[in-house]
Amino acid sequence: MILRGKAWKFGDSISTDHIAPGRYFHLRTNLPELAKHVLEDANPEFASQMAPGDFVVAGRNFGLGSSREHAPRIIKIAGANAVLAQSFARIFFRNSINVGLPVLEIDTSGIEQGDELEVDLGSGTVRNVTRDQTLTFAPLPPVMVKILNDGGLVEHFKKYGDFNLEA
Amino acid sequence: MSSTLAEKIISEHVGREVKPGEIVVTGVDVTALQDGTGPLAILQLEELGMVQAHKPEKTILFIDHAAPSPRKELSNAHMSLRDFAAKTGAVLSEINEGVCHQRLVESYASPGDILIGADSHTCTSGALAAFSTGMGSTDVGIGIATGKTWLKVPETLRVEITGTFARGVYAKDLILHLIGEIGADGATYMALEFTGPGAKAMTMSERFTLSNMAVEAGAKTGLFASDEATRAWLDEHGREEDFRELEADPNAEYTRTVQIDSGSLDPTVSAPHTVDNTMTAAAAAGTRVHQVFIGTCTNGRIEDLRIAADILRGRQRNPGTRLIVTPASRTVYMQAASEGLLADFAAAGALVTGPGCGACVGVHGGILGDGEVCMATQNRNFQGRLGNAEAFIWLGSPATAAATALAGEIVDPREYLR
Repeated sequence: MILRGKAWKFGDSISTDHIAPGRYFHLRTNLPELAKHVLEDANPEFASQMAPGDFVVAGRNFGLGSSREHAPRIIKIAGANAVLAQSFARIFFRNSINVGLPVLEIDTSGIEQGDELEVDLGSGTVRNVTRDQTLTFAPLPPVMVKILNDGGLVEHFKKYGDFNLEA
Repeated sequence: MSSTLAEKIISEHVGREVKPGEIVVTGVDVTALQDGTGPLAILQLEELGMVQAHKPEKTILFIDHAAPSPRKELSNAHMSLRDFAAKTGAVLSEINEGVCHQRLVESYASPGDILIGADSHTCTSGALAAFSTGMGSTDVGIGIATGKTWLKVPETLRVEITGTFARGVYAKDLILHLIGEIGADGATYMALEFTGPGAKAMTMSERFTLSNMAVEAGAKTGLFASDEATRAWLDEHGREEDFRELEADPNAEYTRTVQIDSGSLDPTVSAPHTVDNTMTAAAAAGTRVHQVFIGTCTNGRIEDLRIAADILRGRQRNPGTRLIVTPASRTVYMQAASEGLLADFAAAGALVTGPGCGACVGVHGGILGDGEVCMATQNRNFQGRLGNAEAFIWLGSPATAAATALAGEIVDPREYLR
């Protein structure tokens, strides 16, 4: 499947406090409301101006910090297709797969704000239409592909009633 | 084959020797949720029709992040945890009990356990030789209901500690220094293992401070071998039977070894807005501070409060610097009260709060104003962490924080020791 959208560029060390700020702690049981504030402290315009299908594109160690699964959930609820970053923090990465948000480790240094991207999850390539460049990303571990393809961990359990992680 | 501590604990659970990089499905011994992550976990279990706890007596629901509740949405979230506990027999840790990680090491985590908690600082219990790690709500929810989780067996980064701390230098200075050295992603997906004579000589309180911050280097957990100090801690908390000796094999293979001489360290601080942005307290001296916060799962134990009280006793905070002290748990609170520390803090001009996460998460109890600066003993100084993205957070030891409260600006605490 090819995902198409525009890049929203962020820097290094975007934390879960940037993505889902603690001052909205009370909205954690109201994710559509919380999603209106997604990434607010990194770019206040992102939530209101992004179009469904756009991509979050960032530098190193995206999602560091808290275990709050609300962070990838509200990126997904806001409508982002995927997150592309140089590297990810461990818990955020795992949470993203569990909630069915594709997270791609890729060299994002040549992608600029507003670039048109086409992401092919199957072949592991990102085409930067604006700059006429093609990048490849390392495939996800098979266990994560399985959970992602099932639509997240809850859907995986609905399907199998247990962990069924053989590739 | 020789195993690191992480490999050994996981191997015991899956019944065969595991190697780094392998994916395993394993049983879990202790599971934990808190009031920020718990309601979402419960929703997922409701959707799956799995409102159940595999081991209710080892499933703990902590109301600590917003305790007592500052608003009705959070009061309702607390109700969902109480309801889940009533339905499943899981243990409820109410608003008066304190921070989940402190409560877990006091009463629930044991050497050799695998513990998963929906809070990133779940790694704290690694100091008891438990493989303890933070995960999201869905992962922990599934762990609660089924008693299982999946793990990638981590590589291990060894931190070999020699020497003894100079006067005025503490475990917090060491862990901030380490994270400054290896970076906030220096141990991503790895386990940390703290070894060497310096680790062996540490008190449990010091070990908890180190393990607590393993995640700030990106690590999955931060382990210590269990020894007589571990046994004494468990004994002190009425759990002597939970002790077992556990250490890595002598020829275990480590991905990397970092050596730290405790004796070479100075009081260290992290500058805004990342934990690895470290420097000596002396280098930051003179930075005006509006609020000092002493507490949290990193540095809210009785030993931490004694260090702070020794500096603050009989003195007054700077009039321009607010001081908030939050004991990590009810047990710590009562001990501090009986030693007169809470009165010392109050006399010095501090606001002493009940036990809990307090100001650290930015929910309530010490939110900063625009442009304000805080010196905190917590583990994280990310932008927005104390409830305001326009504010600035520095991290330091309880001694650095207490001395800063007196001076009104960041100082090297050694000038204030008696």
